Amino acid sequence: MKSAIVVFPGINRERDMARTLRLISGTDPAMVWHAETALPAGTDLVVLPGGFSYGDYLRCGAIAARAPVMDAVRAHAARGGLVLGVCNGFQILCEAGLLPGVLMRNAALRFICKDAYLRVERSDTPFTRGYNAGQVIRVPVAHGEGNYVADDATVERLEGEGRVAFRYVGPDGESDPRWNINGATGAIAGILSERGNVLGLMPHPENHVEASIGSTDGRGLFAGLTQHFAKVA
Amino acid sequence: MAVGLRRQRLRGRGIPDISTAMKARVTVTLKTGILDPQGKAIEGALASLGVSGVASVRQGKVFDIEVAATDRAKAEALAKDAAEKLLANTVIENYRVEVLG
Repeated sequence: MKSAIVVFPGINRERDMARTLRLISGTDPAMVWHAETALPAGTDLVVLPGGFSYGDYLRCGAIAARAPVMDAVRAHAARGGLVLGVCNGFQILCEAGLLPGVLMRNAALRFICKDAYLRVERSDTPFTRGYNAGQVIRVPVAHGEGNYVADDATVERLEGEGRVAFRYVGPDGESDPRWNINGATGAIAGILSERGNVLGLMPHPENHVEASIGSTDGRGLFAGLTQHFAKVA
Repeated sequence: MAVGLRRQRLRGRGIPDISTAMKARVTVTLKTGILDPQGKAIEGALASLGVSGVASVRQGKVFDIEVAATDRAKAEALAKDAAEKLLANTVIENYRVEVLG
């Protein structure tokens, strides 16, 4: 799996992401600066990592979404290439129009930095094939603006087309407002694009891949992607 | 003299001469029905400060832009372009453009 991590000014999770990709896929990702206009030839997976691009000025991800490299990311997605956006990466994907909706200020207004429980809603996507549908995973979140909002018609479409990939739940998979940590519509933690080749999620699966951290629940996402490309090749 | 020199220097660097620029204001507000947790918090703070009679608060943004255009229509079009492309996220926000002259 040939992956490329896009680096914007103010991003701070790119090295966690690179370490995880190296650890699980066995291949070093390319680090691509935001001012580039092309991705390395043969890129399979583009990753927009977490952080605070441009200090979250204007709106989270708004300025990064308009960086030169994003035209290349858009072209990659249009060809059916896979794009993963985590945290600020998810916000950037929404601002870039690659995913619908927007991430608003957390309902309780506080920055949330703790582990969250997610239900993997489906396992038949390149991003979630490393999990079973309905499986509950524990991964960290660290965000102030993770409250997913879209108009009713968009949410209805996302739900109807099975494009909600991850949802905030309790440890046993129960849906309850108190487990919906940021107040997101429908407790949505992650969504897929119409063609299923772009995934954005607020939590950080890349931070739960080694036993020494206390959980390896995030491994499935990267192991699944690696398997997907091993099979394609 | 000093002002003239500065203006010349700015022009040399491709920076528009703002002395002849028009001013435009873009006001960005949240669409009706979009939850505004920040506005709610401000509303609560006003109540606790004893500012009574506040029914609700919605927070927005104001951008004052100096436009290198000499006629109002051009200035308005430029500010509208800026709002569409970057200043507002039309999924959740409305915007209004005013040319202040």
